[in-house]
Amino acid sequence: MEKHVVLIYPHPDDEAFGASGTIAKFRNEGVPVTYLCGTLGEMGRNMGNPTFANRETLPEIRKKELIDACNVLDVDLHMLGYRDKTLEFESRQEIAEHLKGILEEIKPSLVITHHPEQAVHPDHNALGAAAVEAVRLIDESERPKLWVQAISQNHVEVLGDPDIVLDITPFFKTKMDTILAHRSQAQGVLGSMDKEKVDMEEIAKHRLGTERFYTWNF
Amino acid sequence: MEPIDINKVQTELERFLNKDVYVHLETTNGAYASHFDEKAYNVGAFIRNAKVNYNHAKIVGSGNAFRVGLKLDLGWVYAEGVSQYEVDEKNRLLMAGHDREGRLMVALEISETPFKN
Repeated sequence: MEKHVVLIYPHPDDEAFGASGTIAKFRNEGVPVTYLCGTLGEMGRNMGNPTFANRETLPEIRKKELIDACNVLDVDLHMLGYRDKTLEFESRQEIAEHLKGILEEIKPSLVITHHPEQAVHPDHNALGAAAVEAVRLIDESERPKLWVQAISQNHVEVLGDPDIVLDITPFFKTKMDTILAHRSQAQGVLGSMDKEKVDMEEIAKHRLGTERFYTWNF
Repeated sequence: MEPIDINKVQTELERFLNKDVYVHLETTNGAYASHFDEKAYNVGAFIRNAKVNYNHAKIVGSGNAFRVGLKLDLGWVYAEGVSQYEVDEKNRLLMAGHDREGRLMVALEISETPFKN
């Protein structure tokens, strides 16, 4: 059993779509989980449908949604304070040191983040790369396991099949509730995944019934 | 935000004439455009807290397709496709255009104080 799991993603809702079933599974086993969320998704395009947010109100709205989602998942939340869309321009080393400091306090047995090259959004790749570096910097005797998530269309071609494939259907309700906690984002994101279907739960089950990760070997 | 009333927005634009103001200007089709459609291109640009002083301003258009031009001493600020506006509690003029699904495509915002970084 894991001792403590730390999740490192840049945007409020990355945890919901990417790993909320996995998190729910760990929480169900009694494993503490901490989410290090990089930004507040300040530059998101989804403003609700019909729109209820604007560029200036979005950060506070998404912050509240993030807190609500973390309450659904029953995980600790630590907001890192970077700005959406700018992570790839920051010093990777500085972000890695920042993350390493937090990881050394929490002493997790497992860290989950995005793959540094196969995660589509530049913020995903940049924070994933910094997280990989942070874990690498931890002394080998203390170093947690690391799982990375790839979401590019061709990631299986590039990386092969993921070695961690979790059927999260037993936790699907928690996953759906976590996604829907991100009220300004849920419909826009699910809608863009599948233009044929309109029912959000149907799209989510079809697309989000398993969660996959690659074990990172240093 | 509410649908643009051209006369009201023109009045709002003129409120900032010949003052040092901060502008947020942005256009985007999202970081996932080419992920969900391989024929699409990811394009976007934003500038946040550009400090400008404009001496002439005009909004032109109709329906859900308005253009705004701010004339500066040395150039222009331009946005196309804004359709909604709001004067927020900080007295800032926010304008934006969204697609059918409510996703922001373009934004132009003007404020006498800097926007939150």
